[in-house]
Amino acid sequence: MLDVQALRFGYNGQDVVNIENFQLRPRESMAVIGPSGCGKTTFLHLLAGLLKPSSGTIRVLDNDITAMSQAELDRFRGQHIGMVFQRLFLMPALTVRQNIELAQQMARRSRDASRVDSLLEQLGLAGFGQQKPRKLSQGQAQRVAIARALVHAPALVLADEPTSALDDERADDALTLLKDSAEASGASLLVVTHDQRVRGKLDLEFEMEPLK
Amino acid sequence: MTWLRLALANLTLSPLTTLVNVLLMGLGTASIVLLLLAGVQLTETMSRDAKGVDLVLGAQGSPVQLILSAVYHADVPPGNIKLADAERWADDSRVSAAVPVSLGDSFRGFRIVGTTHQYAELYNADLASGKMWDESMEAVVGAAIAESGALALGSTFAGAHGLVEGGHSHDEQLYSVVGVLAPTGSVVDRLVLTSLESVWELHGQEAHAHEDHEDDHEGEHDAHEDEHDAHEDDHENKHDAHEEEHEGHEEHDAHEHEAHEDEHESHADEHADHEDGHEDEHEAHEDEHEPHEDEHEGHEDEHVGHEDEHGDDEEHRDHEHAEDADEHDHDSDVAYREDIEVTAMLMSYATPMAATTLPLEINAEGSLQAAAPAMEIARILQLVGVGMTALGAFAWVLVVTAALSIFAALYGSLRARRGELAMLRCLGATRYELLIYLIVEGFLMTIFGVSLGVIVGHIVMELVGLWLADTRGISMTGWTWVADEALLIIGLFCVGVVSAIIPAIQAYRTDVATALVEG
Repeated sequence: MLDVQALRFGYNGQDVVNIENFQLRPRESMAVIGPSGCGKTTFLHLLAGLLKPSSGTIRVLDNDITAMSQAELDRFRGQHIGMVFQRLFLMPALTVRQNIELAQQMARRSRDASRVDSLLEQLGLAGFGQQKPRKLSQGQAQRVAIARALVHAPALVLADEPTSALDDERADDALTLLKDSAEASGASLLVVTHDQRVRGKLDLEFEMEPLK
Repeated sequence: MTWLRLALANLTLSPLTTLVNVLLMGLGTASIVLLLLAGVQLTETMSRDAKGVDLVLGAQGSPVQLILSAVYHADVPPGNIKLADAERWADDSRVSAAVPVSLGDSFRGFRIVGTTHQYAELYNADLASGKMWDESMEAVVGAAIAESGALALGSTFAGAHGLVEGGHSHDEQLYSVVGVLAPTGSVVDRLVLTSLESVWELHGQEAHAHEDHEDDHEGEHDAHEDEHDAHEDDHENKHDAHEEEHEGHEEHDAHEHEAHEDEHESHADEHADHEDGHEDEHEAHEDEHEPHEDEHEGHEDEHVGHEDEHGDDEEHRDHEHAEDADEHDHDSDVAYREDIEVTAMLMSYATPMAATTLPLEINAEGSLQAAAPAMEIARILQLVGVGMTALGAFAWVLVVTAALSIFAALYGSLRARRGELAMLRCLGATRYELLIYLIVEGFLMTIFGVSLGVIVGHIVMELVGLWLADTRGISMTGWTWVADEALLIIGLFCVGVVSAIIPAIQAYRTDVATALVEG
């Protein structure tokens, strides 16, 4: 499902990411844990095809994304990868439902209202479909972001610090929700975080250390 | 569709900014549309009113004034000319048609034109009801006058002296409306047409009414006499200036003026070579009778008798004069003399070649002025054009301001939207789609502004048109399209795209990884 070999990325000859071997199987969930500045966000961006590695290969669903053009990467990412960030980046002009549908449209999937409905239901957002994001609580807004990351049934969900801004209880809820939803939709989940509370919550853990 | 919806939704996010941009663009567009519509229609109206009139013969003075008064009925005439002089040119082989007009009176601001039936034909004005005039003091009115309710078939009215409301009224003799013309969209719609005789008849009387004044001004009169020719233009201008203020005096001045002209004419005639011996004799008679003319009513009969003697002369004149003769049999109070005057003679060329020679010949002779409407229209439009250009430039300043404002709004929002744009990339949008997205957003404001402007421009044009029709008799409408509008709209859309292009390129260049981290 995800297979990384001899991945290197750096600026001005200084490596930021150097990972020899990394795999994730379908429906598995993994936490990549490391301190700030260890290059874990860069690693996530590389996996999403938002950055080009200096060397090495990244295979997602047996496609070598490092060989893809910019436009091909955009398409591939839209169709097969869902992303959740600490900051949610919901479109303020669109309603909750439109925000979720946007991911379907960008992935060139036909609009699937029942899929949106069931996600809203599952994430406790039923009845909020017509609301604008700024009317929602932080927790509700994050659940909208999770729904948006899953609505087009991606094979891989990448989450960057989804819990860092939340208190213990909410962090636990958010992580459980993310894991359960990804499982329910058949996606692998990779969470990148420095938040130690994530330890022990997901199937696998991968430690990253800053490169000297 | 997705992008259009997203762009539309974004515009509602900051409604005030969007509103200001749309209004600015709308204001600029409306101004340009208004100028375009007005410019084209003004040219069209002026050309339509001058259709069939290649050359206007009139008194010397400003050619623009002559054309404005004789063709457009928008100014006071520069003075009168002797019909006999004008007809010498009307008989020229290069002239296919010549229509005399006699101006000076009006009814409730509608001008009364003494002319021949040919005048209506010139504008293809058919009768909507009634008949054309046969008798003196019968009038045919234009469609707009009938529509305004001022006059209808069968009404009688008194012509007022002068071309604006409030002049001395010729209550002694009333016109009766015998016909109403169908609408033509030209100046005829707002004119009262009548025979030349009607106007002469009233003015003959008018001269007597002012008899006493004439004596009072005799001295002044003499003093002016010598200067008359040299200062013709000055005189003309002063004359105009006084005209608006002293309607009563105007008549009076005009008559004095005419008297001078007559004298000059007769001197000129003495020196001039005449092919027609008859005419010489004729002029001589005129001179003889001149001094009596304005003084005693009793002498009128003498003149009439004199006219009869010259019955033979009348025969080689056109049809109208035969009518004059008939008319005069019916009404012996009116003097028909060889020095009868008209304001101008509208002429059509028999051949286009006439345009190169005829006006020059007429003007070279000196006593008359020949002015070509086409040339004077061009001159007027050139003058109006300066104002139009200035207004147009101002309107384009508004458009450019609108474009800058749209640019500023988009560019300013980019910083706040960097994360949003990066998220769209994460969701699968390509860089090109972000480029299009921003252009669409800017373009939407332009489209709304331009649409608003086009609609408002046409509505305002229509309102101005209604006002002009009511007050100036100029027919303009907002319910029309001009070809340049299509060009304008395309041009404005280009402006809209240009205003969005820099923000769009910024969006295209968004570094997703950085934007996601920094927001």
